Amino acid sequence: MHIHLHTDEAGRGAGLAFKMAERGGRGSGGHGSLDKSITLPPDEIFRNLENAKRFAIDIGGSLTKLAYYSTVQHKVARVRSFDHSGKDIENEPLYEISVQEEITARLHFIKFENNYIETCLDFIKDHLVNTETQVIKATGGGAYKFKDLIEKKLGLKVDKEDVMTCLIKGCNFLLRNIPHEVFAYQKDSDTEFRFQTNHPNIFPYLLVNIGSGVSIVKVESEDKFEWIGGSSIGGGTFWGLGALLTKTKKFDELLQLASKGQHTNVDMLVKDVYGGACQTLGLSGNLIASSFGKSTTADKEFSKEDMAKSLLHMISNDIGQLACLYAKLHNLDKIYFGGFFIRGHPVTMRTITFSINFFSKGEVQALFLRHEGYLGAIGAFLKGAEQDNPNQYSWGENYAGSSGLMSTSPDVYPMQRTRSGTFDMFEMDRLERPLVNLPLLKDPSTYIPDTVDLTDDAMARKYWLTCFEEALDGVAKRAAASQPDSVDAPERAEKFRQKYWNKLQTLRQQPFAYGTLTVRSLLDTREHCLNEFNFPDPYSKVKQKENGIALKCFQSVIESLDSLGWEERQFALVKGLLAGNVFDWGAKAVSDVLECEPQFGFEEAKSKLQERPWLEDSYSQWLERLKEGPPHKCALIFADNSGIDIILGVFPFVRELLSRGTEVSVFHCTANI
Amino acid sequence: MPAFIQMGSEKHFSSLHTTLCATGGGAYKFEQDFLTMGDLQLRKLDELDCLIKGVLYIDSVGFNGHSECYYFEHPTDTERCQKLPFNLENPYPLLLVNIGSGVSILAVYSKENYRWVTGTSLGGGTFFGLCCLLTGCSTFEEAMEMASHGDSTKVDKLVRDIYGGDYERFGLPGWAVASSFGNMMSKEKRESVSKEDLAKATLITITNNIGSIARMCALNENINRVVFVGNFLRINTISMRLLAYALDYWSKGQLKALFLEHEVKFHFTFLLSKLSFPVFLSLCHSCAHL
Repeated sequence: MHIHLHTDEAGRGAGLAFKMAERGGRGSGGHGSLDKSITLPPDEIFRNLENAKRFAIDIGGSLTKLAYYSTVQHKVARVRSFDHSGKDIENEPLYEISVQEEITARLHFIKFENNYIETCLDFIKDHLVNTETQVIKATGGGAYKFKDLIEKKLGLKVDKEDVMTCLIKGCNFLLRNIPHEVFAYQKDSDTEFRFQTNHPNIFPYLLVNIGSGVSIVKVESEDKFEWIGGSSIGGGTFWGLGALLTKTKKFDELLQLASKGQHTNVDMLVKDVYGGACQTLGLSGNLIASSFGKSTTADKEFSKEDMAKSLLHMISNDIGQLACLYAKLHNLDKIYFGGFFIRGHPVTMRTITFSINFFSKGEVQALFLRHEGYLGAIGAFLKGAEQDNPNQYSWGENYAGSSGLMSTSPDVYPMQRTRSGTFDMFEMDRLERPLVNLPLLKDPSTYIPDTVDLTDDAMARKYWLTCFEEALDGVAKRAAASQPDSVDAPERAEKFRQKYWNKLQTLRQQPFAYGTLTVRSLLDTREHCLNEFNFPDPYSKVKQKENGIALKCFQSVIESLDSLGWEERQFALVKGLLAGNVFDWGAKAVSDVLECEPQFGFEEAKSKLQERPWLEDSYSQWLERLKEGPPHKCALIFADNSGIDIILGVFPFVRELLSRGTEVSVFHCTANI
Repeated sequence: MPAFIQMGSEKHFSSLHTTLCATGGGAYKFEQDFLTMGDLQLRKLDELDCLIKGVLYIDSVGFNGHSECYYFEHPTDTERCQKLPFNLENPYPLLLVNIGSGVSILAVYSKENYRWVTGTSLGGGTFFGLCCLLTGCSTFEEAMEMASHGDSTKVDKLVRDIYGGDYERFGLPGWAVASSFGNMMSKEKRESVSKEDLAKATLITITNNIGSIARMCALNENINRVVFVGNFLRINTISMRLLAYALDYWSKGQLKALFLEHEVKFHFTFLLSKLSFPVFLSLCHSCAHL
């Protein structure tokens, strides 16, 4: 199977994380063991601590969110061309691949409950080796309460930042940098998660941050925002009342109970009062008239599930209503929800969305954030990093290190569920070059680069997930083989295989975990996982070989094309493009041919192309245009950066266009995105 | 309710008169029952209509010569708190908050011109329901009694519990509740609070929420007088005073919380004035349980 990964000029990796795994095992005596209820080994949670700097911490009423910036050292494959004046052209490789060490910047965010604070701080202190950091930015109420503890444990000075400023800074950062951060939730459509494209103009908006309590902030611009109100009925209420009523101690378990309950057994509905709808007020009979309004009788108690559901409805509806009242007063039509209360739970999102719709008569939109709980930590971190000007860079989510949006439904892959209950992680890589929209795009805000939405299209999703699953063994083998001199390559390759496998299973259950699922994001995820285990480009050797073969055949391909009649040649050129493209996406049928025949099977592959009409078939129009019209002024081609497809597919096509007098620009990827 | 209708049938209510004016949700729900079991034809009147007219009528008639409407001066100061009369002669516009099992909020612009603004399901029924579950009490009176002896600050997480004092940036005083029942996330704290504390916390939570919503509605409707009525406030001075204080504090004195001497439904009072035979029924939510 032949998948083209982009050539690394800036790879990503977590060699350090891997080294740390060993280190943690050997040298764990110092700090003592972590609380037994932590389900993951701590070095898989606090990664890359050795070179960590710029700490920030956001301590709320019940949850702590830690942020730090660290560098990750990893291998990168670089290409160097040879001087070909030598005689031995036949056997010499056309260029050299050298592997170098590079350093990338990565942001880490971790969330855990406040009662683990001490043990976590101890662990961090023990592993903080190369840092010159002296200060930690702190925000949230806990910045006051835990100040002394933090200073004592970490040996850093606590510098407090205002929580609202941090929330807004964090929110703006996410809205601008992370694609598919924002989504709306629609209960009865095929895909419930509707991810929004990042709009350039994000203001004004209302931010409702639901932590232990609720804070409501109106945001008019980058620097103009105001706390306008709040509510004491929030996540803490759900947790506290829930624990009292159902004797369930954990927040996520309460949510699980709620997803199984029937609130109509506990709540009094309008129809219980009126015998049906209330016509005079236009209220449907199914609306809740009084939460917990049904009385129990001596022999019939409420079930835990029903009470949990009723509680969730009560709180979600109340928050939605209050949010609407504030939005109306301040003329805002967009509400973003932050804080860890929601956590992708369908009932919560459904209720809040319904509530906002109901109380605003459809005028206000409820929007959720994938990284809702990290706003404060991100903002506090940014405050501390101001002199580095993080906004000049572009940042991307690292799928290997991020937990993703986890629902707590019982069907979720068990490993992920246990983890998300205690710890949650989010990692961002700093991209080498800032990302900007292509200047020629007519309307960047509506441009969608992916042609297939796998969160939407269940059939396509199943196909592609299976495709990647089946290819995985081959990729892992290839990775190990690409580093024959490395003793631990097989071990790392196996770890990569497991990690990516787990990610694929998560995506099967929760396709929305990392935003809109596309083939591109599946490829990126695989790349992040490979990089994490120090396989920057497992295909580099294979590509080198492939390029060599392709280049050698180039001349004869061109000659055979030139010998064709004009119309025949146009068709052959287009088929060449298609065949190359079909290789690249790893469609199994074609790649099988290639794998079996080391002497490229390009011709075979072409002959195995589907008959016309193709899925998207505008060849006839293209031919007409070539016959009738003048040569095009210019052409932009977005192609891969190596391989048979570009050499034998794209280049002949480009040559043809050039011969007609068209100016051609070929774009290809140099950086990992 | 079936027992009540049965009783009416036994007492031959239907022979006394032919029309029974009724309002409240139950007027719709039990209409058939009244007809078949008690041979009584209900004349349904709109609940809100009755509510509004009843309120205005009662005030015009007065209560033993005193004004029906009053407000609290120094509501949180146990020593100095007093009820002072409020003149409702020019009542409009006013916001009427009816707290029964659930809550209805009406904006009243004139005798004939009013509208239902919004409602909330976190009402008296919620307080009572939650209280029963948390404390094992069985009557509203019992719940109120427990609440009057409890300390909700043990149950709730206050601003000062998080910030160590006031949070000036938001103008939040240390005594404000940051998270209702927020201390109950901890097992130790759950085991250390009493039933009375839980009852009080439930009362405070529901009351404060109603106050918040009422305040926001008042702001959105541009009305500065809010009248609170309903069964929830019967024998419930704690809530009344809390509503009075909260409205005044958070609106910086712009809004005034008003109350009426008779907390029972005003519906029937209006009906009373219109009929020759004073037979009336207010078939509200709580009556449905009879």
